[in-house]
Amino acid sequence: MSESDATNALSVRNVVKQFGSGPNAVTALNNVSVDIQSNEFFTLLGPSGCGKTTLLRLTAGFEQPTAGEIFLFGEEIEDLPPHERPVNTVFQHYALFPHMTVEENIGFGLRMQKWSGPEIRARVNETLALVKMEQFATRKPVQLSGGQQQRIALARALAPRPKVLLLDEPLSALDLKLRQAMRNELKTLQRETGITFIFVTHDQEEALTMSDRIAVMSAGLIQQIGAPLEIYERPINRFVADFIGDTNFIETRIDQVSGNRALCVAGGELQFETDVVDGHGIGDAVTLAVRPERITLQKTMLRSKDMPVIEEATYLGTDTSYEINIGDGVVVTVRDQNAEAGMGRFAAGENVKLTFSDGAARMLVD
Amino acid sequence: MSEKTPKKRKGFVLGYYPGMNMWTLFFFVYLYMPMVVLVAYSFNDGNRAQIWQGFSTRWFYRAFINDDIQNAALNSLIIAVCATVVATVLATLAALVLARGGEFRGRSASLGMVTLPLIVPEIATAVATLSFFAIIGFQLGMLSIIIAHTVFCIPFAFLPIRARLEGMDTDLEQAAGDLYANAWETFRFVTLPILAPGIVAGAMLAFIISVDDFIITLMVSGAGATTLPLYIYGMIRQGITPEVNVISTVMLAISIAFITAYWFISARGDTVKGH
Amino acid sequence: MNLPRSIAARRALGLAPALITVAIFMVLPMLILLVFSFLEADPYGGVEPRFSVEAYIQLLYEIDFDDALVFNPIYLGIIWRSIFLALVATVGCLILGFPVAYFITRQDPRMQNLMLYLITLPFWTNQLVRVYSWILILAKDGVIEQPLKAVGILDGSLGMMYSNGAIAIGLVYSYLPLMVLPIYASLEKLDFRLIEAAHDLYADRMKVMREIITPLAMPGIIAGCILVFVPSLGAFIAPDLLGGGKKLMLGSLIHLQFASSRNWPFGSAIAICLLMLVMVALMVQARSAAKRRAMEAGR
Repeated sequence: MSESDATNALSVRNVVKQFGSGPNAVTALNNVSVDIQSNEFFTLLGPSGCGKTTLLRLTAGFEQPTAGEIFLFGEEIEDLPPHERPVNTVFQHYALFPHMTVEENIGFGLRMQKWSGPEIRARVNETLALVKMEQFATRKPVQLSGGQQQRIALARALAPRPKVLLLDEPLSALDLKLRQAMRNELKTLQRETGITFIFVTHDQEEALTMSDRIAVMSAGLIQQIGAPLEIYERPINRFVADFIGDTNFIETRIDQVSGNRALCVAGGELQFETDVVDGHGIGDAVTLAVRPERITLQKTMLRSKDMPVIEEATYLGTDTSYEINIGDGVVVTVRDQNAEAGMGRFAAGENVKLTFSDGAARMLVD
Repeated sequence: MSEKTPKKRKGFVLGYYPGMNMWTLFFFVYLYMPMVVLVAYSFNDGNRAQIWQGFSTRWFYRAFINDDIQNAALNSLIIAVCATVVATVLATLAALVLARGGEFRGRSASLGMVTLPLIVPEIATAVATLSFFAIIGFQLGMLSIIIAHTVFCIPFAFLPIRARLEGMDTDLEQAAGDLYANAWETFRFVTLPILAPGIVAGAMLAFIISVDDFIITLMVSGAGATTLPLYIYGMIRQGITPEVNVISTVMLAISIAFITAYWFISARGDTVKGH
Repeated sequence: MNLPRSIAARRALGLAPALITVAIFMVLPMLILLVFSFLEADPYGGVEPRFSVEAYIQLLYEIDFDDALVFNPIYLGIIWRSIFLALVATVGCLILGFPVAYFITRQDPRMQNLMLYLITLPFWTNQLVRVYSWILILAKDGVIEQPLKAVGILDGSLGMMYSNGAIAIGLVYSYLPLMVLPIYASLEKLDFRLIEAAHDLYADRMKVMREIITPLAMPGIIAGCILVFVPSLGAFIAPDLLGGGKKLMLGSLIHLQFASSRNWPFGSAIAICLLMLVMVALMVQARSAAKRRAMEAGR
């Protein structure tokens, strides 16, 4: 394998992290490699225990990898202590120093780097302005609200202008409205400062709205890396498809193949056309993933036991969600936008016709 | 997995300070070495306490048949039992009010008063108590020691009992009230049984503090009443035989047994708190 | 059986026995001590009921052959030695105890419990016995000297007993747990992520210790220092056994006045001085505690 490319902000090479030893050892990261480019807003997304925070902590230097290398702009850093890495962290619960004022917190990293007094003051003021907290300079952290503490934690980590900023679920302790507002601010901040952000979250919406690229993690492995659109539209496996958004999984067999396109039949008569993956051929059992909002429902006058029938309708405000039996006991979920006031266009027991936009179904690698 | 063998990690461990293991080891050696020496020297064969002259258990025998030591031990026991019983009852009542009686005027002053004997240097308490007995013409002896011990045992009994009460869920008492128990019945059937380990723990601390006390006892003992610590002190002062090592070792053993029992009782108590 | 209905009556009934006992046998004796310090001494022990400030004058001056007051630094020297040795003991406990308190917080809970037990245990054993065991160690031909002599390194005696150093060792040994426990209590509350954050912001180990751990442990450090300083100041056993009655401290001086010198007013005056010093120390602590509460109140 090649050594790191210096244009990458961060290169993780075959990193393994085990906690404990012997039979009780827990593997948090199982041979992970990833390249993160300079100026990127990169998100590590996954459920708790997937290893995303461990990867962040290895990068910050709070833990050492059991095996593998980590490069920061081409320089190998995994043996450096955290205070010798040009990387700063925004902690999940902020970890503001309670005995220092806001100013002192933000200036701490600069003071440790032996900046002069006037330089520190100038940078602290500049950073306070960046997060719009100028009037709170002399407060102690306990005198601030959660959202304000969050901004100070951000300012403190940004003040030394790190080469990479690590954010460990920084929004998870905020309430919903504030969280949504902070998303835009974080994205703007990243663009303005040009610092590479590595953002850890379990919230797919956060990941999709802010990131340039996302790495979806599970069980100590990276499942898929890609732009938000790619991750959502072309999930590579069942885990990714399931974790991001809602998905119908349809177990079926390949009926016909032409070129790299396959035709599958599910339920009674429904036909799905997808790309072939993993060299599957006719007759192979495969799993198809279909997003509920990619299926369009149409009224039909026909009444037949073989036709898809609505089993349950659930009103969700913007949408109505239907559980539809498409025959052979296969049930799919379909979302239909409530374009008009009222309870949705269909009622339980009605027959409907299902149509699919092109590429709605995707064959998964199992 | 990569084929190459993982390289040895230097590893920067956060929160670790070089040498703190050795320092802690040294600390515990410092803390326990004198006691180990003392126990070892109680098996000293020689006639002088400090100079090691070979192994023997003969001083144990000598100490156990010594009438003066038996009397001193009996005195210590009587004093400690009396002081413990009275101090524990007073401390329990006070703790119930201060931990369960809500907020009231004089609450923190009362708390300060109950724990006052912890703050005042023992020597000051000792001479003050002596002056008090002198001025009212009270005969110094067993009774004066018991009174003095009772006073300074109160806070030691009080603190574990209060801790137990504060860790106890007030819902339990309210539930009893809800189920038609009056105040006394609530106390008798709910509070007291749950509080019991705290009371036992407090009593044990009070007992050990009384048995171990030296300075106050020295000042208010008068001529007749010698306790074990006073006897030991006397032996240390008059050129010493290994007999003093033997009694000291026995006192050490008593304290350790009591404190270990106390530790387990209060640790078990934690499980009732319900997190 | 029925309890009094009114809560006030119940409170009074519960508190009265303990409060009255402490009032009569603790507070009242303190006041008597204060009164005694302003009376004349009865040469056969006790006091003569005549007002006099002689006891306090005696602390600083003595009366020479011409009935003139001459400055006498002996007692001032003893007070100074008491304060000095108490400070030495406090600093010694701090240096010895702080790293241990920190080390304990870095262990898993079971180990923490075991270590706390091991630290508390000696504190509850007989202080007289514990200080006495140091005689066995430090004495002429004791545990340290005997083997040195046997090997031929030492000739004669090191003279470790009956010195300020021996007293300081005894004081540190007596009160060490009182330093470790409060420091442990405040370090245990310290959020480890603050240490991570400080390292992340370019602080090395020493700076983390100076900028984060020490300031946040300060309430525990102050409490520990007071808890060691106060009893060290009035200590009797350590100076008496290890100082051999030659290196007097306040505690031993007070004892001397009530026991063999039979000058009760003078002993009372010294005891009052001791209590004053203790009050100053406690006020320092109360102020630091109030400051801390004010800081936390913003929460």
